[in-house]
Amino acid sequence: MAATNLVKPDYDPALLIEEQGYEDHFHDHHHGDKYQSSFITHYIFSQDHKIIAKQFLITGIFWAIIGAAMSIIFRLQLGFPEESLAWLKPLLGKWITVNEAGIGTLDPQFYYALVTMHGTILVFFVLTAGLSGTFSNLLIPLQVGARDMASPLLNMLSYWFFFLAGVVMFASLFLSTGPFSGGWTAYPPLSILPQASTGSGAGMTLWTVSLVLFVVSVLLGGINYITTVLNLRTKGMTMWRLPLTIWAFFVTAIIGLLSFPVLASAFFLVIFDRELGTSFFLSDIYVGGEALDRVGGSPILYQHLFWFLGHPEVYIIILPAMGLVSEVLSVHARKPIFGYKAMVYSILAIAFLSFIVWAHHMFMAGVNPFITNIFVVFTLIIAVPSAVKVFNWITTLYGGNIRFNSASLFAIGFVSMFISGGLTGIFLGNSAIDIQMHDTYFVVAHFHIVMGIAAFFGMFAGIYNWFPKMYSRFMNETLGKIHFWGTFIGAYLIFWPMHYLGMAGVPRRYYSFEGFDAFSHFDDMNKFITVSAIIVFGLQILFVVNFFYSIWKGKKVTSKNPWGATTLEWTTPITPGHGNWPGKIPVVHRWAYDYGKDGNEYIPQVLPVSEDESEAH
Amino acid sequence: MNVAIREQQTQTRNKIHPLLFATLLGCVSITMMFMAWTSAYIVRQSAGNWLEFRLPTIFFINTAVLLLSSVTLHSSYFFFKRKKEQLYKGLLVLSLLLALSFLAMQYIGWQQLFDMGVALDGNPAGSFVYVLSGFHALHIFAGVAVLIVALIHAFALKFNVSPKRKLRFKLTLVIWHFLDFLWLYILTFIILQS
Repeated sequence: MAATNLVKPDYDPALLIEEQGYEDHFHDHHHGDKYQSSFITHYIFSQDHKIIAKQFLITGIFWAIIGAAMSIIFRLQLGFPEESLAWLKPLLGKWITVNEAGIGTLDPQFYYALVTMHGTILVFFVLTAGLSGTFSNLLIPLQVGARDMASPLLNMLSYWFFFLAGVVMFASLFLSTGPFSGGWTAYPPLSILPQASTGSGAGMTLWTVSLVLFVVSVLLGGINYITTVLNLRTKGMTMWRLPLTIWAFFVTAIIGLLSFPVLASAFFLVIFDRELGTSFFLSDIYVGGEALDRVGGSPILYQHLFWFLGHPEVYIIILPAMGLVSEVLSVHARKPIFGYKAMVYSILAIAFLSFIVWAHHMFMAGVNPFITNIFVVFTLIIAVPSAVKVFNWITTLYGGNIRFNSASLFAIGFVSMFISGGLTGIFLGNSAIDIQMHDTYFVVAHFHIVMGIAAFFGMFAGIYNWFPKMYSRFMNETLGKIHFWGTFIGAYLIFWPMHYLGMAGVPRRYYSFEGFDAFSHFDDMNKFITVSAIIVFGLQILFVVNFFYSIWKGKKVTSKNPWGATTLEWTTPITPGHGNWPGKIPVVHRWAYDYGKDGNEYIPQVLPVSEDESEAH
Repeated sequence: MNVAIREQQTQTRNKIHPLLFATLLGCVSITMMFMAWTSAYIVRQSAGNWLEFRLPTIFFINTAVLLLSSVTLHSSYFFFKRKKEQLYKGLLVLSLLLALSFLAMQYIGWQQLFDMGVALDGNPAGSFVYVLSGFHALHIFAGVAVLIVALIHAFALKFNVSPKRKLRFKLTLVIWHFLDFLWLYILTFIILQS
């Protein structure tokens, strides 16, 4: 379709809202603004969802830098085991041992700690809190037409519990015995017996405390998101008119509400085993040749409890990214999202299936092979709703009048990553193939592409797209495009080779492959991966620079709706104040995807359906 | 802020109050936590090496105490709505006393369990009972805090049946009934499993 023939709306949605919006007398209450009159109540202990979203985002960025920097350090060890790391001594202190020749080596114990912390930080702090925390907070009230969350107080507490969890985890990095080092999944007995490794002492104690606080944060946030979506939608905003972002956040919150308490249960039992001498997860263990007197527990039981959260957690990470991508693709392709209802049903199907596939993480842990069959079948069925989504994204792009900017590029990149990573999931979902693939770099490549890089791409698409709403300025496009192309190519260069490593059986989490002749020809490949990782890390620093530079110096937003989007957040003032809309709240008359309809470039959700209009949603 | 949000709510779609709904969601997540433990219980029990024992009778007496407290709290709410100030306050105090005696009697129950030879760090069969009842007791502690807040409202504020106070009381009631239900779930589960 030719864009020039389409009519752009020549009315101001704000006037529409004043004419036919809903008067809720919000601004009659002078106490409404009182609580954020001082610096502390406005920027620190704020109850405004927009500020809380920024807090989640910036805290997430902080953790992303730390988590990624950790991966660079252990990648240096993997890629260049011979090189001296003495230059890291000022940062890592005693974890670098410098010998007489001046060659510094990374302490193997600390290598494990780095791997563990990298996983914990990225999965929980960055891709759960940083992604869903940021965008659920920012977009739910704005896109459903609410003044704020159902309970702004709980919302504030949600952030501060997350912050507290972060403080405890951060403190654990500085323990003389080091942070927890038994893998982010914290399998017993490594996580329970302090004798197991130095990180299993105080490091693990702080790790559990931190994650219990984190679970509280997720639950408080999730309760709020669900309540707001169900109870505070504005007039006319039926569930079938919600933008897909909101559907995604809503379902994500439900999954979190049902699965995170189970994780807390598992952690409490771990704490009991550690501190109170119970034996839920311990049995038949020998420490230093001596039999441990604690018997009767089952380490597999922990794995069941952990993965009952752990698998839904994957979708807690990827669903918000999917929602953001759906919206960004539709806006920048100037086309309605293809198959809106199919998108919603596939989100629901994925959410349902996510609860009955957890044992595919445990195929090689001694689970009954007959039971694994069931999990294989359900796991492979997830490919169906996932394929529906991919098909719909591609079809949305097809024939679109696509604007290639940083936001849409990252959204398209997401689709690419999701396909690549999803396909390898079909390999791993088969318990027979998993005999060869489990615990190899194939797994590492699979989940990094499908839920690491892909989720990050969704997050970047969201940040570039909604930055104007957050800070009333644009991020720099040139830097954004360099960021995209570098990260897109770089991410494949990092993780593609890992598939080959994995198929050859190279195990993950190993400190060194010195003694393994079979893997010696992968040395160069490991170097290549490490160099790529360093470059990609540099590009993320470029993004962070762009982000903070643009907050203060970016190009100013001059119109309310710079992307020509239909959703409600773009009817608010350029810098929305407390309560989001200055006067009445908007009333919604149509779904969120009226692009290119009846010769109109786009039609905002607040415009009433006219009589001569073709069928409206 | 909260007030304004609530008004937006009450004027648009008032099927269920957002805060009540949020409280119910909180109950769902707590239920999930206990369901995880009971599932773990089943899995662990089926693996064998499982100590069989009978719960001390005091746990059953205690169940009656807890149920009674729910009844008294509900009647207190009933009289609050009908503006019977004395009955409302009296029953509220009684509910708190029953709640506290539940906690005390749970403690006695644990002592009797221990004397029977069922220790926390013994066979997981016993450990699970301590974990389930212990974490329930922790939630009862939180519930007692909620009851104390309700008491402060009852005695420090002027008696007035406003929508806001009715909502507060209703939330208290929902939380307390939920904790009752949770205990019944735990107890029934343990009885059925042994």
